[in-house]
Amino acid sequence: MPLEAATLEPRESTDQAYLWTLNFGPQHPATHTTLRLILTLDGENVVKAIPEIGFLHSGFEKLGEELDYNQYITITDRMNYISPVMNEIGWHHVVEKMLGIELTPRCKYLRTILAELARIQDHLLCVGAAALDLGAFTAFLYGFYQREKIYDIVERASGQRFHPSYTRVGGLAHDVDDQWIALVRDFVKNFPKAHADITRLLNRNRIFIDRTKDIGILSKEMALSLSCTGPIARASGVVRDLRKDEPYLAYPDFDFKVVCSRDGDCYARYLVRMEEMYESLKIVQQAIENLPGGPVNIDLETKQVTPDKLATYRSIEGLIQHFEMFMWNRRWETPTNELYSAIEAPNGELGFYIVADGSGVAYRARTRPPSLIHFAVFPYLIAGHTLSDVVAVLGSLNIIAAELDR
Amino acid sequence: MSHEATLTRLRDHLGADALRTEEFKGNVRAVVPRGKLYSALEFLKQQGGFDLLIDVTAVDYLHYPKAQDRFGVIHALLNSNTGERLYVKVYLNEPELSVPSAFPLWKGADWLEREVYDMFGILFEGHPNMRRILMPEEFTAFPLRKDYPMKGRGERHNFPVITRAES
Repeated sequence: MPLEAATLEPRESTDQAYLWTLNFGPQHPATHTTLRLILTLDGENVVKAIPEIGFLHSGFEKLGEELDYNQYITITDRMNYISPVMNEIGWHHVVEKMLGIELTPRCKYLRTILAELARIQDHLLCVGAAALDLGAFTAFLYGFYQREKIYDIVERASGQRFHPSYTRVGGLAHDVDDQWIALVRDFVKNFPKAHADITRLLNRNRIFIDRTKDIGILSKEMALSLSCTGPIARASGVVRDLRKDEPYLAYPDFDFKVVCSRDGDCYARYLVRMEEMYESLKIVQQAIENLPGGPVNIDLETKQVTPDKLATYRSIEGLIQHFEMFMWNRRWETPTNELYSAIEAPNGELGFYIVADGSGVAYRARTRPPSLIHFAVFPYLIAGHTLSDVVAVLGSLNIIAAELDR
Repeated sequence: MSHEATLTRLRDHLGADALRTEEFKGNVRAVVPRGKLYSALEFLKQQGGFDLLIDVTAVDYLHYPKAQDRFGVIHALLNSNTGERLYVKVYLNEPELSVPSAFPLWKGADWLEREVYDMFGILFEGHPNMRRILMPEEFTAFPLRKDYPMKGRGERHNFPVITRAES
């Protein structure tokens, strides 16, 4: 018997007994990490969603008050662990601004390359996982193969694949070698093909478009009111990118575009991320071909940088400086003041509010976590959509629970 | 609009003795008394064009050198058109640990203020849902206060054990 049109109409329900509650997470494959949603449903339509967070809270900000400005990067690495190197670049960006350190050109370029590779890494996971949740497994695998390549690059530079702890106040742990440059060039050469593969798999994919277009629309006004930054705000028409607005590192030297959209739906957020990867690749390409020579660390005379192994073992000044950097009552002489600064992380503005008390350890190390702010947007985006759209919207927001809960 | 112009207009709005300014490495802070915080934020949002609330955070100045007040609450604002940033700071002392909520002005203040409450025990008056956000509901201390020890007060070791039969 054919269904009549009337029975297909969504039922208007004011009766509370009609609604039912569904607990989504904290251990659900589509939440990827420990997120919990309490969904109030009317049939299949989400009436209300209440996010519950804090499952992964591990006191990162309290630890920041115990560890010194170099040690804390081992913790910041674990915030957004999809692009770990970005967090340490962000942390040291603020610390160096506070100490008034001007980095060497080579260090700026290397950090810029690593930051942009981290952005590609993050966007690949976000796009891949969003597609995976909607049933497109292949794009996810293509993305992960390229992520592996970036892990190899990070491993070559720092010795660690996942949590590199590579930056130091005033420079980097050590310089890169020619093999590293070859790896980056190789990546630059091969990534466009993978990018094109993912584009071809998803951009005009009927199922993917049906699942993401006009789902979870975030208007420009709402994006501003809800403190959104990064690709999520840009997909809603907020033209802000700290790389352009408040240039840091070597970004003024490069030619790249800020990618925006007006639609503000899941599909727009996907497209913005895809295009941003391409722009990031352009930056990496320009940076690796114009990589300046010279030292990666600032001058030892500034007494603010850890000397490398050679200087430590072969010169008395280096040895003394090494001691100074590691004795708990010496380290840095910081101003007794406070400072907020931010960088453009893959997910949005990643800022740190540091209160320094003169010692080498931060008195307060506040993180402005983009994931926390973007997860607060979720209830506004999902209202009125169906249960199956929950994963589409979650995937487009790219919530990293470790950064969310810290 | 430059910082100077914004601060002059804010001073005219609040009164000359109600605003103190500080600057450090380009970070301009406007220190306002507790009673005038909402008025200052409202003015900055509606007249100053600060449409983006970047962050709400707090600092416990218990052991800070030469500190006179116990807590500082900082609202980091940004004008998305000009890129101008301003930090509005208010100092608090026990027992009056509450400030007006910025939720009516920016919806993004919701979780940020809940986090400050959770970590420091500073109440935001007029917040629609002033509950803990990261710590469990039954937690009684405020972990980011300086008098709370790094290793906790044994909460973790005294978690009630739920057996499989009870769950």
